[in-house]
Formats: sequence, structure tokens, C-alpha cells
Amino acid sequence: MASLWEYANPVKFMKVSRWLTPVTALLAAATVGVGLIWGFFFTPDDFRQGSTVKIMFLHVPAALMAINAWAMMLVTSLIWLIRRHHVSALAAKAAGPIGATMTLIALFTGAVWGQPMWGTWWVWDPRLTSFLILFLFYLGYIALWSAIEDPDTAADLTSVLCLVGTVFAVLSRYAAIFWNQGLHQGASLSLAPGTRMDWAYKAPLYISMTGFGLLFLALVLAGTRTEIRNRRIKALMIRERANA
Amino acid sequence: MMPDLGAYATEVALAYILSLATLTLMILWIWIRSRRVKRDLADLETRMNRKSHG
Repeated sequence: MASLWEYANPVKFMKVSRWLTPVTALLAAATVGVGLIWGFFFTPDDFRQGSTVKIMFLHVPAALMAINAWAMMLVTSLIWLIRRHHVSALAAKAAGPIGATMTLIALFTGAVWGQPMWGTWWVWDPRLTSFLILFLFYLGYIALWSAIEDPDTAADLTSVLCLVGTVFAVLSRYAAIFWNQGLHQGASLSLAPGTRMDWAYKAPLYISMTGFGLLFLALVLAGTRTEIRNRRIKALMIRERANA
Repeated sequence: MMPDLGAYATEVALAYILSLATLTLMILWIWIRSRRVKRDLADLETRMNRKSHG
């Protein structure tokens, strides 16, 4: 069986991602399309939330991917710090803007839903606040990559920032459980006994979540390919200057 | 075809339009940047190959 570490080789990664990227992109387009069309057009209004329940098909998958993107960045950053595989550092770099976009969508859709349901766009609720801080960490992470010229130093420092930001990614996920205060409800999907979401909502939500996951994967693969090429450009330019 | 969104039509429509627009912008940015970097690398490699072969 092939070792996972084989894909830390840029040549091997480029070879596999060449076909994997369009395949995941097509699957993502299909699942996001089905999930959102089903959720928007074919789900009934909720007896309490009315039609605003349809916002859940965007909000929950985006929030899930906002946290999962940071988790992926944490794993790839640790791989960089421990094993010094460049592809993992570049994959973390590629995931930053995508995670930031997912966080922004989660914050925005949450605010739009909160206004009619809670009577306010924003409250300094533990989960909302930790999500906002997570978004700021994403911005800081992207800015740090751009601010440092040397790619290895940038990878080192952004990896450390990622480790620190993980606290807020974990808080964003579990804040509603840690603090029993604030307006944000618990998990939309839970294995715990109690009120269960009807399959009329659960089915499109699962499809939408799968779609957002695949979309993230496709974009990270595409972004990592770009970062590998960009790094090769920089290496070739240094070689060209040295030979001149 | 359009579902009746009732009193919350503005909020639901706003959430979908802006979220899909944000996603589209991100996808476009990644795609355009990918094409530009790919082209730059191809140009650079061609130039360096020409130089090395006289």
C-alpha cells in the first residue's frame, strides 16, 4: 500500500491532483447544487422559524467548513513543523482564504437569520464572538503569509499562529456547550436524545454539508497546485538571476 | 416555481444571493490566479529553455 507521505512529494502531488481536482470540483458542484436547490425550493417552512429555516442549508455547512478548514490547517501546519514537507505548508496556505470565506458566510448568514429570529443582527454571545475572533485569525494568517518574503520562515510563523488560533476554532465549535448562556442554540445535528430534526430538513442539509466539504477539497487542491507552481517560479527566478 | 417565503423573503433571499456571490467570487479568484500562475511558469520555463539551448 502506498504511503501517505508519497503525496508530500510535489511531483507526485501534482500528478494525482491533476485528475482529482476536476473530479472533486464536479462532485462538489453537483452536491452543493442539489443540496441548496432542495433546501431552498423543496423544504417546508418551520413552524417557528418560518422560511428562515432555509438559511440553515448555507449557514450550517459554511460554519462546519470554517472550523474544519482550520482543523485541516492545524494538521498540515503540524506536518510542516515536524516533518518539513513543503506541500503540507502550501496546502495550509491555500486553505486560509477558503476558510476565511466560509467563516464570513457563516457570520453573515447567522446575522441575517438572527435579525428576525432573535431581534438583533449581532450579540456578544460566546459562539458568535469566538467565530468572529476565528475570522480575525484567518485574516491575520493570510496577512502573515503575504508579509514575509522567505517562504520557510512564513510557513514556520503561520504554523505557530495556526496553533494559537486553534483555541478559538475549538471554542467556536464547543462554545455553546462550555457556556450555557448566550442566544446561540446547540448543535443542529446531534446524536443526543431529545428533539430530532425531521428528514425533510436533514436530507438536504447532509447533502449540502457534503457539497461544501467537497468544494473545500477541490479548492484546496487547486490552490495548492497554484502555490506549488508559484514556488517553482520563485526558485527558477533565483536560478536565472544567479546564472545571469 | 419560486417558493413563498412569506414575511422573511428579504432575509432568505439576501442570505442566498450574498453567500452564493461570495462563493462565486472566491472560486473565480482561485481559478484566475491558477491560470495566471500556470501561464507565468510556462513562459519562464520556455525562456529558460531557450537560454540554455543558446
